[in-house]
Formats: sequence, structure tokens, C-alpha cells
Amino acid sequence: MKQLFPRGHVMGFIFSMVLTAVALGVVVYELSFKTGMIVLLVTAFMQAGVQLVMFMHAGESEDKKAIYTNVYYALFIALVTIFGTLLTMVWGYQ
Amino acid sequence: MDYFDRFAVPHSSPMIVGSQIAIAVTVLAILVGVTYFKKWGYLWREWFTTVDHKRIGIMYILAALLMLFRGGADAILMRAQTAIPDNGLLDGQHYNEIFTTHGVVMILFMAMPFIIGLMNIVTPLQIGARDVAFPRLNAVSFWLFFWGAMLFNISFVVGGSPDAGWTAYFPLASVEFSESVGMNYYAIAIQIAGIGTLMTGINFIVTILKMRAPGMTLMKMPMFTWSILITNLIIVFAFPVLTVALALMTMDRLFGTNFFTMANGGSDMLWANLFWIWGHPEVYIVILPAFGIYSEIISTFARRNLYGYKSMVVSMVAISVLSFVVWAHHFFTMGHGAMVNGIFSITTMAIAVPTGIKIFNWLFTLWRGKIEFTVPMLYSLAFIPIFTIGGVTGVMLAMASADYQYHNTMFLVAHFHYVLIPGTVFAVLAGFTYWWPKIFNFQLSERIGKWAFWFIVVGFNVTFFPMFITGLDGQARRMYTYSEATGYGPLNLLSFVGALGLLIGFAFLVYNIYWSTRYAPRNITSDPWNARSLEWATHSPVPEYNFAIVPEVDSSQAFWDSKNNGPALFKGKYKEIHMPNNSGVPFVLGIIFFVWGFAMVFSMWIFAIISTLGIFACMAHRSFEKDHGHHISVEEIEETEKKLRGANA
Repeated sequence: MKQLFPRGHVMGFIFSMVLTAVALGVVVYELSFKTGMIVLLVTAFMQAGVQLVMFMHAGESEDKKAIYTNVYYALFIALVTIFGTLLTMVWGYQ
Repeated sequence: MDYFDRFAVPHSSPMIVGSQIAIAVTVLAILVGVTYFKKWGYLWREWFTTVDHKRIGIMYILAALLMLFRGGADAILMRAQTAIPDNGLLDGQHYNEIFTTHGVVMILFMAMPFIIGLMNIVTPLQIGARDVAFPRLNAVSFWLFFWGAMLFNISFVVGGSPDAGWTAYFPLASVEFSESVGMNYYAIAIQIAGIGTLMTGINFIVTILKMRAPGMTLMKMPMFTWSILITNLIIVFAFPVLTVALALMTMDRLFGTNFFTMANGGSDMLWANLFWIWGHPEVYIVILPAFGIYSEIISTFARRNLYGYKSMVVSMVAISVLSFVVWAHHFFTMGHGAMVNGIFSITTMAIAVPTGIKIFNWLFTLWRGKIEFTVPMLYSLAFIPIFTIGGVTGVMLAMASADYQYHNTMFLVAHFHYVLIPGTVFAVLAGFTYWWPKIFNFQLSERIGKWAFWFIVVGFNVTFFPMFITGLDGQARRMYTYSEATGYGPLNLLSFVGALGLLIGFAFLVYNIYWSTRYAPRNITSDPWNARSLEWATHSPVPEYNFAIVPEVDSSQAFWDSKNNGPALFKGKYKEIHMPNNSGVPFVLGIIFFVWGFAMVFSMWIFAIISTLGIFACMAHRSFEKDHGHHISVEEIEETEKKLRGANA
């Protein structure tokens, strides 16, 4: 029975539903711009993670290490690009 | 007549009319020539539709050489214009167009395709693979690059060239200040070529991660393959930023949005920011493969193992990470606070550390080696001191406070040519000479090659060294003329003389190709340099399937080991080989993209919509196509192998 039941898929489905509901909450409860954006940012990143691991099977093949290294590298570049841009264009701009 | 006015070049001159006629005549001559000699079928079957990585590589290099001469012509004109004070050879607008296209052509349509060409030819061979992971996608990459480059190149005879610098800073690049279609060409042609490059990036990462010969772990890959893996990783993470920035630019220019304008909440600085987020990693995209090429050549001709393999790999990974955290040093003077400039100063200087490690590794590889001064080796040896000068001046520029002095002067121009020419041009010339016999089964003449080398290396220094001095004296870059009282005259004249030296060097290069093709001996072995990595283990020219038997590997220089009583590379018997089929769709797709781009540049929406549909039709065709490739039978392999062994015996 354990082999037949797609546990990962169902979990992934539930996670993505919950994350979507939380993101929807930003509009339903009319959160302020700042809190709303924070909630959206966090849920978006988690959503991407759920998709990658649960549905796109990252980490289920032999080259698990290469895939995760690439993901971390990408995450690093994305964060550097966003926060670096904020630093040069907004925070550090005289 | 109004409608057709926009196709005319806004600032026409006799030189441009001459080019228009020359281009028309050349295109006509090619069409007539190919038809007369009945070569259309051959070209279509063997080249336009090919998915073979070696042929795609050759086409990349051919296109890159053409672009080298296009960009070189621009360079000679620039040096000629500034050779004497108050020169009237070019007017200001023409000069602007020429330095803009020189930059774009040299970086995006010469350096990039030359490197991608070499990596197409060499990487699959070095890892013992039969082709790249996605051969059809590889052909799409090439044709997108090629037609993108062609679109960019017709700009100077149809509608006017881009004129806002290769950096295309806003607000100068906006419709308000660059009225002609020139900057539309920039946005769209680079976009098309850039999509092709992004596909190449994905293709080669997958190829290197998934298709290595049995036994070749990551830490047993040849250094060139390592450099290509890192390069493609940077491509995949940097190019999407350019894609987005160019898309925003296109919308600003064609549809009146305000992303980079000074009004309605737009920010012109955002363009500079996005451009350099891509632009700085781009510098490493064109330089890291060079590090790989030099590593191969130095260890081959010093007859020694590469010193410090692990530290080479680690420093390349470090460079790739650092390349993404330094971009703001390109606009230190645009008004950031001391904190931002301080941070980016430090990250920039940090790059000197891994680069220095690599320089020392090459020196230690040479140490006590039996050095053989072949042409590829000469370029590699010239690279080390010249690149070091480029690197040291880079650290000078990295100091934000000092940069206020150097910024936008010829000192900067001298610096980046001292990095890019030894770092990229010398490398691709060295790699081109080194791998030539693998592709064509004869060597380029060493004698003519040395003439070319000396003219290029001396000409280069005579051209660019004076710029350090005029730059420190205050000569601004991109200045189309100057008065005699400034005193820049003599050194600029010297620069022009150097540029002529470079021209002679490149003429020798072309003559060498011609001479060697006609007269070079054909009875060489498949390993003429006594080299180390797997590409030399197969026949020259390389058969379609690369290796009759997939090699088994247990070190980073498996071929060298097997030549010196190590374990045999090829074990087992011939088996049927599965290869991909040729396809004309990538070529057609490239032409449709060209038409689409042209329609977008001139805002001809009906053509743009029709060609967009055509692009989707090509993709749909691929989705529903059933193409399982073809098989090469054991008998066929035996026959080919016998024939090739005969040629190399």
C-alpha cells in the first residue's frame, strides 16, 4: 500500500494549496503594503521550493548534489541581485 | 516617400554609401557564386541543417572571424580619426556609431561566438561524448546568434547604427535623445543573439554534467571543460538579466513605457544597474574559457602536468561567484554614498586573489618544463605578463576614490583592452591554432603564424600602452576629436601606427589559413602536438560519431597516461551508434527571427505579428515531430575507422 500511495504528491498538493490560501489572505484581509509584500515574498519562495522538490523531483536522481548546488547558487545570485540593486539604487544612494 | 524615409541612413556619408554598395555587391556575388557552382544542395545538407557540434563550432568560428574584421575596421577608423588633432575623417555622429558598434560587435558577435565555437568543437570530445545533450537546440542557438548578428550588422546601411555606446546608457539611449532606429537595432538584435546564448548555456551545463565518459568524475575533467562548465553557469545566471533589461528597453523605445526615462517614475540609473549586473559577469564569460585554453596549451607545451589542478578549479568557482557581486564598480561616479562604493571596491579587489592564484599556477607549470615555443604557446606566454598589467590597472580602477580620476578616460580604455585582448583574443587565436589540426587534419604554418603573432603582440602594445598615458593626462574616451593644444597628438598617432601593426598581424593570420590550406602537409598524426586530453585520442578529422568506442577514463589527462603505459582508453567492441538527424527548422527559425527583428526595429506590426506566428509554428512543429534519429551500423563504423586509420598511419 505504501508504494502505491503517492505520499509526496499529496503532501506537495496540500502544501501548495495552503501556500496559495495564505497568499490569497493578503488581499482578503487587506494587509498593509509592507506586510503583504513580505507574506507574498515568503510564500512565493516556499511555493517555488515545493514545486521543485515535490513535483519536479529534484533530489530523487543520482545527480542530486549537482542539482542542489545549482539551486543554492541560483538562490545566492538572485538574493545578491535584488539586495544589491536595493543597496545601490535606494539605500546607498545619496 | 515618407514611409521609406526611415530606411535611409540619417547621417549618410560617402563611406556609408560605399558600404551599402559593397554589401549589396557581396551578397549578390555570394548568391550568384553559390548558384553558379551548384553548391546550394551541399550547403543545405552539410551545413545549414547540421546538428553536428563540430560543424556548428566551425560555423561559429567563421562568423566570429568575419565579425573580428567588421569590428576591426571600426577600430582602425577610430584610430585614424584620432591620429591627428582636429581631424575631419569622420564627423561626431559617425564616430559615435563606430565606437558603439565596435564594442557590441567585438564583445557579443566576435568574442562570444569564437569561444562558443571552440567549446562546441572541443568540449564533447574532451569528455568523450558523441554530441551535446540537445543537438537540435545547439543548431537553434547558432542560427539565432547568426541572424541576430546579421540584423545588427545591416544597421549601418539600413536606418542607421546605434550611437549611444555599447553600454547604451539612458537617457541617451531613449527615443528622446536617440531618434533614429539605431538603438532599436541594439535592443532587438542583441535580444535574439542573447536567447541563443542562453540556450547554449543550458545545453553545455547538461552536456558536461550528464554525458561524461565513464570514470570521468568532476575532478577528473580537463581544465578547459571545467572552465566551460563555469562559463555556462555564469551565462545561465547572467543572461536572463540582459533579456529583461533589453525587453524593458524595447518597450520604452517602441511602446512609450517609462522604465528608464527621467519622467513618470522611471529611473535611468536602473538601466546602468541592470546592464552591469549582466555586463560584469559577461566579462568573465569571455575570459574564463581563455583560462581553460591556456591551461591546456601551457601544460601541453611545457610537457608537465597542470600545477595545482584543485586550486585552479576552486579559483574559477570563486571568480564566478565574485563576478556577480562587483557590478557597481562600473558606475562609482554616478552618485552612490561612500558605503556602497566601499563595498564594491573591496569585492572588486578580491577578484585579484583567485586570478593571481591562477597566474602563479601557470608559472609553476612552466617552472622546469621543457618549453616548446609553438604559436599557441607563444600566445599563452605573451598573455601572462600583458594580462597582469591589465589586472593591476584593474585594481587601480577598483579604488573608488582614485576612480574619480580615471573614470571615462583613455586609461580605462587601455585597461580593458589589456584584459580583453590577451584574455580573449590571444586565447581564441591560440586555441584556434591549437585545435585546427583536430578539425582539418593539417597544421597551420608555424612560420607565418609567428609573423602574425609578433605583429599582433607588438602592435597591440603600441596601440594601447600610449592610452594609459593620454588617459592619465586627461583624454576622455569616446571623444571624436581634440585640439592640438591638448598635446594628445603624438601619442594618438603612435596608437594609430600600432593599430596598423595589428591590421598586418591579422592579415598574416588570414594568409596563413589560405597558405596552409593549399600547401600544408597532410600526413600528420591525429595527435600532432603530443597532447594530453581525450580530444586527441580520436581520429582527425573527427568522424561524425566522435569515438567509435566510448573511452574509459581515470585521470584528468587520460590520453597522456594511456600513451605512457597507462590503462587503455578504448575497451570492448564496436556497437551500433545512435545519432541525431539533421533538421532545417533551426535555420528557418533563425530567418523568421531575423524578419521579426527587422519588423520590430521599424515598427512594422503586421510583419511582426506574422513572423511571431511563424516562430510559434516552428516550435509547434518541433513538439509534434516524431524524430528518433538514425543508427550507424557496426559495419559502417568498421569501414570508417579503417579508412581514418589509413589516413593517420
